[in-house]
Amino acid sequence: MMKWMAKEPVISKIKKRRIIQLISEGKRLDGRGKLDYREIRIEKGIIGTAEGSAMVCLGQTEVVVGVKIGLNAPYPDTPNEGILAVNAELVPLASPTFEPGPPDERAIELARVVDRGIRSSRAVDLKKLCIIPGRRVYILFLDIYVLNHDGNLIDASALAALAALSNAKLYGYQIENERVILDKSIWSPLPLQDHPVAVTLANIGGELVVDPCLEEELAMDARITITVNKDGDICAVQKGGPGFLTVEQVLEAINIAREKAEELRAKVLG
Amino acid sequence: MLADKPRLIDEEGRRLDGRGPADLRPVHIEVDVLANADGSAYVEQGNTKVLAAVYGPKEVHPRHLSLPDRAILRCRYHMAPFSVEQRKSPAPSRREIELSKVIREALEPALFLEYYPRTAIDVFVEVLQADGGTRCASITAASLALADAGIPMRDLVAAVAAGKVDGILVLDLTDVEDKHGEADVPLAMMPGLDRVTLFQMDGVLTPDELKECVKLAIDGCKRIYALQKEALRERFVRIRKEIEAGEVEG
Repeated sequence: MMKWMAKEPVISKIKKRRIIQLISEGKRLDGRGKLDYREIRIEKGIIGTAEGSAMVCLGQTEVVVGVKIGLNAPYPDTPNEGILAVNAELVPLASPTFEPGPPDERAIELARVVDRGIRSSRAVDLKKLCIIPGRRVYILFLDIYVLNHDGNLIDASALAALAALSNAKLYGYQIENERVILDKSIWSPLPLQDHPVAVTLANIGGELVVDPCLEEELAMDARITITVNKDGDICAVQKGGPGFLTVEQVLEAINIAREKAEELRAKVLG
Repeated sequence: MLADKPRLIDEEGRRLDGRGPADLRPVHIEVDVLANADGSAYVEQGNTKVLAAVYGPKEVHPRHLSLPDRAILRCRYHMAPFSVEQRKSPAPSRREIELSKVIREALEPALFLEYYPRTAIDVFVEVLQADGGTRCASITAASLALADAGIPMRDLVAAVAAGKVDGILVLDLTDVEDKHGEADVPLAMMPGLDRVTLFQMDGVLTPDELKECVKLAIDGCKRIYALQKEALRERFVRIRKEIEAGEVEG
């Protein structure tokens, strides 16, 4: 029953107290300020077999996203649109708390939050991925692969997703005897209309910090992820974690996220 | 996106069901509706109908999941196959798994789990009829079921969504408003403590609109909170009458 529940790693009480104490003094374990991200490295096009790919390192957190594009029948309720399917795998090599098997609630939440940002901002114009309405459309699989878990998987995955989409190839097609087949001799860049970026803040002992590392996540009350589109509007929100946020923290988080998103976006697109 | 978007708000600012933008749908709440459960509650919000049951604190199965310093809270949000227009497969969908997690995380801050080490508290929510706002109605119902089970709580948790429909910020979206609207912002809080325990959004809003939606939803939560307390009080009045009538032992 409820097999999808994940067992969280544990943190010693002394370490937890230390993290909270440091943050109350405006400092963090690794010397960052409250609103500093860890070092971000982005490498695009690292997987030759994928139509689009990217690896993002956020401190010790490492995430690879691969985009595969194929052909499919459209969903009956959206006959004129291509299909976007986002999936996340928390593979066991990435953390002692990840286990083989079907995605647990953490993986599903991660995939759905990244999906929500891309879908709400209409980053991928699904109407342009329609080939024959009601019959044949492009299907875009975006697979998030976590290689090392050191916290803030949502921001790392959203960045990797955006980077992978921004270098994805859309192959052409030919129609032979009413059958649509991909023509890999021609391709164009996947059209992107927006660049959603997720910013996650953790509430630790009543203070908000961005980009929590794993130990900070284990010490936090709650986290909030705010995804910001290229116009500075909000296109997804997700509160997570076992605790709460005050109303003031919610409003403050929205302001911080808008500023931080600009900074991150420049890193992916630059 | 979806073809034939109906007009959702008329010239006078009325919604399809006649409500103004900041109106809740009619809410009907009952506590202690299931005999077997340790606590239970039923919530109707417009055409959305949700039943919640709590079992526990009880022994943990499987035992290795138990925690030495507190109870574990487990939650299953599930939609009945007949709760939607097109029959839904009863197997848990990815959406239901995510909602089970966020509902659990919305309830957890209200509970004193450290009072019951090595035990489990299970919350089961069944959506019987869905017309938008099911995760919020589930939280409203589940927090009452927890209170009905006698589990010590910091406060009740009340929830409702705000959103944007036809360019107007509205409270308590129905399914059509959610599907055809521009944004949906479900929010849960402990109204007595001003603590937000669930906050999600999909769609697109400017930061100011989002902040406005937060205020609208908080106001809605406070109104639902009053109804929750009233329903809980009614349950105890009922028990007292039964005791006085000699139907149950005092």
